[in-house]
Amino acid sequence: MTTRLTTVRAGALTTVQDAGRPGHAHLGVPRSGALDAPAMRLANRLLGNDPDTAVLETTLTGCALRPDRDVAAVVGGAPCAVTVDGRPAAWGAPVRVPASSVLDVGAVTGGVRSYVAVAGGIAAEPVLGSRSTDLLSGLGPAPLRDGDVLAVGAPARPAPPPVAAPWPGPPAELVLPVRPGPRADWFTPAALRTLTSAAYRVSPHSNRIGLRTEGPPLQRLSTGELPSEGMVLGAVQVPPDGRPVIFLHDHPTTGGYPVVAVVPESALAAAAQAVAGTPVRFTLV
Amino acid sequence: MTDGRPLTARPAGRHALLVELRDAEHTAAFHAEVLRRRAAGTLPPVTEVVPGARTVLLDGVPDPDALARLIADWQVPPVADDTGAVVEIPVRYDGPDLADVAALWGVGPDEVGALHRSYTYRVAFCGFAPGFGYLTGLPPRLHVPRRSTPRTRVPAGAVALAGPYSAVYPRATPGGWQLIGTMPDPRPLWDPARERAALLTPGTRVRFVTADGATADGTGPGPGSGTGDDPAAGTSPEAGA
Repeated sequence: MTTRLTTVRAGALTTVQDAGRPGHAHLGVPRSGALDAPAMRLANRLLGNDPDTAVLETTLTGCALRPDRDVAAVVGGAPCAVTVDGRPAAWGAPVRVPASSVLDVGAVTGGVRSYVAVAGGIAAEPVLGSRSTDLLSGLGPAPLRDGDVLAVGAPARPAPPPVAAPWPGPPAELVLPVRPGPRADWFTPAALRTLTSAAYRVSPHSNRIGLRTEGPPLQRLSTGELPSEGMVLGAVQVPPDGRPVIFLHDHPTTGGYPVVAVVPESALAAAAQAVAGTPVRFTLV
Repeated sequence: MTDGRPLTARPAGRHALLVELRDAEHTAAFHAEVLRRRAAGTLPPVTEVVPGARTVLLDGVPDPDALARLIADWQVPPVADDTGAVVEIPVRYDGPDLADVAALWGVGPDEVGALHRSYTYRVAFCGFAPGFGYLTGLPPRLHVPRRSTPRTRVPAGAVALAGPYSAVYPRATPGGWQLIGTMPDPRPLWDPARERAALLTPGTRVRFVTADGATADGTGPGPGSGTGDDPAAGTSPEAGA
């Protein structure tokens, strides 16, 4: 009786994500989980799922799915065209997808990552308590490929009455509040001023591990090697090229480059939706 | 240890503290003290306790300032060398860098294994990949540099050295460490279906022993020991190992 979704088109990078697997960093296991967690939770709530039920996270080009039974779905996060068997359907609100029809999540018209929630959730096999795909260490289900079949869980409760939900738009400018990090003193006094006053942009080399930036390099005081130490989500790590990298959910749990600043988790959903080239402004809080 | 107190607690964002310790031994002792207090229910809530080379990160802390004040007064007893279970890792000393390491150590290639086996190690911290433990215990005169050019693929089970550390690769990844041997069946290193997913967790003591003839064939990764085509391999902002 399990509902199955066949992947008609996997898209550039579509992964299963939930709230991730915190509590295992000491084993070298990243937290992982949906990069735009508020979008995942809202999509789930609109279907009556628990907020952290597993969803699909797409990257730029969406994906297409065919269920073998009627399902309800919500596509949210980065805005995109949604169709069911070629007919336009709602974005950001529940959509009925009849058995054997194709739910197509189109390329984004803004932002980076769309979220596809289905009533009952994606029922992939959990690893260490989470169904999330972790691209750094290869835990959880592999990224979707064309033809993959996903199981859908049984809906926990009837869908709630439709509501108008506010979806934040992708940022035209990414403003990242920062606090000085544990190794701010490894940098020149000018470095923190540079970080919080210069123009940075989102690098196209960003991924689920880190949001890389382009802009003036930060100068270090000490060129010594930092013995490996634990890294927090949102750490602004500075590799030898001096360009800040903001650690996202698949970041390594320990690392050897100094952390000049830390971005609070609440600001990272916007970072996950900032396309390459988006201006980045760091503000000291 | 004349003074067992932590050196500094550096804030790492709104909900974490990075506690600095004097050296690897002090770090192991402080880490053990954190776990003791957490088990006894006398530590404020923390989500992650992540030891590093000379630090312990406490993450998911509701009030880092209060915790920093508490920690400043801790007297941390040294870790006894002979406490805790010992995990034995069978090794065949057949790594491609055996001759280079022998030269750095000033011994013959056939002597590297005996020397490497003669120490007891401790997992100082993990990272780089799930179940990848950084083992301390080699004396400073046997510390070796990383290879100048990292390999694009180090097989699962490779027994490796870099700086003060020994390690065993739980799965195939790129890596720059000196490879001295092979753990014939690396599957026990990491098994997320097992209650203790990682064989080597911080604080675990490790001895390397000779792999016997029964496990003679196994230069490649064992079944299920690696994903091989991990799309993120090598894309980490830091090439860790």
